[in-house]
Amino acid sequence: MTTQHQDPGVGTPAPHTAAEAALPPDDYDDRLVKTGSLRKVLMSQEFGAAIAALLIFVGFSLAAPVFATRQGIGNFLDPAATLGIMAVAVALLMIGGEFDLSSGVMIGSTALVTALVTTQLDTNVWFGIAASLIFALIIGFLNGFMVHKTQLPSFIITLSTYFMLWGLNYAVTTGLTNQVTVSGLREYNGYDSARVLFGSSFGGFQVSLIWWLVITVIGALLLRRTTAGNWIAAVGGNSAGALAVGVPVARVRIALFMGTATAAWLVGQLTVIRYASATVTTGIGQEFNFIIAAVIGGCLLTGGAGSVIGASIGALIFGMVQQGMPLAGLPSELFKFFLGAILLVAVLVNLFLKKRAQS
Amino acid sequence: MTTPLLEVKNITKSFGRVKALQDVSCKVRAGEVTAVLGDNGAGKSTFIKTLSGVHPPDTGEYLVDGEPVRFTSPRDARHRGIATVYQDLALAPLMPIWRNFFLGSEPATYGWLKSHDAKKIVHDELRKMGIQIRDPEQPIGTMSGGERQSVAIARAVYFGARVLILDEPTSALGVRQAGVVLRYIAQARERGLGVIFITHNPNHAYPVSDHFVLLQRGRSVGDYSKKEITMPELTQQMSGGAELEALQHELQNILKDSEEKDSVEST
Repeated sequence: MTTQHQDPGVGTPAPHTAAEAALPPDDYDDRLVKTGSLRKVLMSQEFGAAIAALLIFVGFSLAAPVFATRQGIGNFLDPAATLGIMAVAVALLMIGGEFDLSSGVMIGSTALVTALVTTQLDTNVWFGIAASLIFALIIGFLNGFMVHKTQLPSFIITLSTYFMLWGLNYAVTTGLTNQVTVSGLREYNGYDSARVLFGSSFGGFQVSLIWWLVITVIGALLLRRTTAGNWIAAVGGNSAGALAVGVPVARVRIALFMGTATAAWLVGQLTVIRYASATVTTGIGQEFNFIIAAVIGGCLLTGGAGSVIGASIGALIFGMVQQGMPLAGLPSELFKFFLGAILLVAVLVNLFLKKRAQS
Repeated sequence: MTTPLLEVKNITKSFGRVKALQDVSCKVRAGEVTAVLGDNGAGKSTFIKTLSGVHPPDTGEYLVDGEPVRFTSPRDARHRGIATVYQDLALAPLMPIWRNFFLGSEPATYGWLKSHDAKKIVHDELRKMGIQIRDPEQPIGTMSGGERQSVAIARAVYFGARVLILDEPTSALGVRQAGVVLRYIAQARERGLGVIFITHNPNHAYPVSDHFVLLQRGRSVGDYSKKEITMPELTQQMSGGAELEALQHELQNILKDSEEKDSVEST
């Protein structure tokens, strides 16, 4: 995560001061207050989330020393990793101005497709994984296509996808196997090699951690350093304006929905390969967790601004609170309460930063 | 005379049963400003969208450098050097100035932004227009309306526009800010660009324009060169002369009434 908010060197004041000094005095707007790059970093979305994460880590470590051990860290990084992979894709989608409520159930669907294709067709696990990816890309495309064509809120479109997938998960799985869980994936060819990529662990840390880091770096670079990233923020900030200057709005939207579907596919594979089985309830109800992580990291609900690294830090906070509360002796039933409280604080901070940016 | 950079002849555009434009013609040569004047609902927005390639006309001719063209997207139009600067501005307020400036035409190698170059270009280009920005990373939403409009114009000129279509560039601005924008319009004309200046304000249109096309209810109701029409005549024409006189009369009566009332009350 070496991506910085801005180029080093650009914030250096030297050329600016020289230019300003050369200007006639009436040309210089004296109402402008100089802001240093340090202040800019301090006010950035990522920084606020990172400080919060640090405080939460220190707090839980003091309350329960086991939290800061290698095992403790591995414990909270495990859920944070899968959540973080989703949060990155969901953050990009939200910056692009849309939501995907089908992103949670999609994890279960893709896991089931892999398991069902492999076991029912008696093929190589990799064939199941590939089929599942194609399935995810198609659903993501349809979500994006429908949202773009109908101009309806993505909330509604993906809510329908959510229920349809939920229903299919149950109906198809029980229809084919008479059970709600598809297991026995270990017996099939290709499982061992797939396990290296999707299900292995090293010293208490899951392989999903590497995926999370890689996806975060890719997402952050995409958003900050590529033309596509510029288009995503513009589509979320002003889609009509973006279209008018030649941004391929339809392509951006569809690609973003395909992105969340692909992230769900990845998490689906991390689940189905790790446990060698898939269950119809996997992922259901998690869609809001991804949105919460993205919001904690600075994504606006209205689109147009947000941070990929922030979203990953949001996922980290989520994982730490989830695992840390029972360790610290707090009733785990209160987790949802804290989740809501964190979300509320994050939304208020984002609102404040947005108003500042527009004042 | 030289071939117009852009010319439309008798274009018509309907949406369902609504005829938004009927037989509208207009042209602009290099180094000229053509003002398209019309009140609300005159068809100005549809006219702009047709010129900028958002939707092609149903009938009529669209010529660029004398050749017939058919644009299906704003991108097509821009490739021919026709750039549109919208009233609501194609800007994302929370995005940095430099990202907005290059939106849709980012300097990049294989999709990777050359952000350092881009920021320098933005800084220099805006300086040429007399806008001093302290940091190209600042959100464009923090700039004033006139500055944002000027950024949009600077942007179009930088990207090699030969024809600028300006949609109500001064309507949302204060007097001084509007003056700033009018100066850039005059500057663009001096640099040999063709400008189509769409507005409902004859006070803004008259000083900087060479031709005037008047739109009313989707039809062209007048086409004058500056020699043929004076400022008061233009205002008169635009507001539908007789109606304005009636309004003035009415207003005077209202004022007279209230004065009489005042004098009655004070005695």
